[in-house]
Amino acid sequence: MIIVNPTGCLEVTTTIYPYTSWGVPYIHVAFENAGAVASGIEAAIKALNKNGLLKRNTRVIAIAGDGGTYDIGLQALSGMLERGHGVLYVLYDNEAYMNTGIQRSGGTPKFAKTTTMPAGTVIRGKIQKKKDIMSIVMAHHIPYAATANVAYPPIDLVNKVRKALSYLEEGPAFIHVLAPCPPGWGGFPDEKMIEIARLATETGYFPLYEWDRDRLIINPPSDMYMDKRLRKPLREFVKAQSRWSHVTDEEIKELEKDIEDFLNYLWRLSIGSGVPTPYA
Amino acid sequence: MSLITIEPRIKRGGIIRDRVAITSNYAAAYAAKDVEVDVVAAYPITPQTPAVEKVAEFIANGELSAEYIPVESEHSALSALIGASAAGARTFTATSSQGLFYMFELLYIASGLRLPIVMALATRAASAPICIHGDYQDLAAVRDSGGWIVMIASSAQEVYDSIIMAYRIAEDSRVLLPVMVSYDGFLMSHTTEPVELYDLDAIRRFAPKKIDRPILDSRRPITMGVMAVPDWYYEIKYQVIDAMHNSMGVIKEVHDEFNKTFGRNYRLIEEYRIDDADYVVITYGGIWGNTKRAVDIARKNGIKAGALKLRLFRPFPTDDLVRIVEGVRAIAVIDRAVSQEHQ
Ligand SMILES: Cc1ncc(C[n+]2csc(CCOP(=O)(O)OP(=O)(O)O)c2C)c(N)n1
Ligand SMILES: [Mg+2]
Repeated sequence: MIIVNPTGCLEVTTTIYPYTSWGVPYIHVAFENAGAVASGIEAAIKALNKNGLLKRNTRVIAIAGDGGTYDIGLQALSGMLERGHGVLYVLYDNEAYMNTGIQRSGGTPKFAKTTTMPAGTVIRGKIQKKKDIMSIVMAHHIPYAATANVAYPPIDLVNKVRKALSYLEEGPAFIHVLAPCPPGWGGFPDEKMIEIARLATETGYFPLYEWDRDRLIINPPSDMYMDKRLRKPLREFVKAQSRWSHVTDEEIKELEKDIEDFLNYLWRLSIGSGVPTPYA
Repeated sequence: MSLITIEPRIKRGGIIRDRVAITSNYAAAYAAKDVEVDVVAAYPITPQTPAVEKVAEFIANGELSAEYIPVESEHSALSALIGASAAGARTFTATSSQGLFYMFELLYIASGLRLPIVMALATRAASAPICIHGDYQDLAAVRDSGGWIVMIASSAQEVYDSIIMAYRIAEDSRVLLPVMVSYDGFLMSHTTEPVELYDLDAIRRFAPKKIDRPILDSRRPITMGVMAVPDWYYEIKYQVIDAMHNSMGVIKEVHDEFNKTFGRNYRLIEEYRIDDADYVVITYGGIWGNTKRAVDIARKNGIKAGALKLRLFRPFPTDDLVRIVEGVRAIAVIDRAVSQEHQ
């Protein structure tokens, strides 16, 4: 296994010379090019095996933040997916540029305040919706893409990584992992991070699903949360975090409406791709 | 453009496999093929494009066993080669002006990571206004960009030879730095000249493929591209400066061996009628031939003229240059890279 990690919190906290947290080969190159660096490594492994210079059966995994994926790294990611490199790309989404001090990214949700879109008297934090990165990735028709949440690691996340790795012979795989950043989201102690992450799925804010060879499967427990009555109120998730502390009840309703629309869209995709309804 | 064989099978001690009529772009492509690169990542830009098209054709025809990554930008071209080189592959790309500018931040990273990447640069004017024709503003912009060895060729033969030498220099354990081999856009990139191609075994012996540098290998994990506080940053960058310094001697060594093996006469600075010269023209690139002609004409008119050609631009061969021009009455410099703040 070789890890590619663009600039961001994960990189700066794990590679401070002369120490390293990585027990596997690891490379950081720049902020916007994880997809391209991973493509090059994958191609090198193929060529070296073919030319007999180095025989290795090594898998390439890119681990990139939301800034490095939704925004500055989108082009390199798209190129990698379109060219079909057998790389697993893991997006750890903490919903802002955390490394540089909580600036807005394309992955920042609506109304959340960041240092570049603060909640002022005129502008209420981020004006725009969170970018639907999964749909962008799925539009490349790669063999496998999935969402996951750090609050559901033992079965869901681990299985998805395993499955993704098993698809790399066919082409790229992508896993979008929600990873709360306690200082960036604010308002809760570090030890509550997993609880907050779980609420994201329980409220329907971050549904778990898989795109498996052009079939969209809504995974448990999100399949259950397709029924609005079974979801927790979004308020519990939003009001636990200071990035949304300024948000009004009206604005929470608006967020709820966006979630409802998005889950309906997922539902249609799932049914439309021939997946049987998870519950009747 | 098809390949025209001028005089097939000319042999010089069996070292020449063919004498062909090709452009400098194709000469770059032939060199990349003949040193058997493993990974090529490139993006089209005039006047470089035919170089990588030719490499793609070699791969498509099975003449070169390499992976060609048709990246979506030059930024990704160099990024992909950084990844590939870090994983142990011999790598090649080519670009021009806007493409080189788009790679800029990665130039520093490639040398900081000590990766022996080789790049051909068909030089071109800098936008705006957009202009595809040849000057050397792109090359001048990388004058200080962090640890690339830069050579400037004056003929298609020199392009071919320099790229073969570039791999030897870049991969030398005393150097481990990326190398750029440049040549005039259009004037050379698109001009057909005779080029002698060498015996492949002789090239293999001269620039053997081996992996004897730290790479990303699952059996011996290392961390590359670390975060360094200023104390360490200084140490690590100083090693790049040292390597750049050491490269001068290595380049001379490689020139000597190349000259001996392939019957050439490369030096850091090429001299023409310099011994008793009062006036010296210093230049580089494709106008070297014209410059020598101008010297001949001046000599005919009773002017003791001579000329120098810079083959190596980075590291800059200051000592050699100063020694050669010592005592001349005047020097004229033909520099084809305008600096916007000077007249
Ligand atoms: C070309 C470039 N622009 C800007 C930066 C500064 N920068 C470094 S990390 C970062 C944000 C990273 O955000 P994200 O990818 O979300 O990762 P996180 O730090 O949140 O984990 C920025 C803007 C950079 N290193 N390179
Ligand atoms: Mg982030």
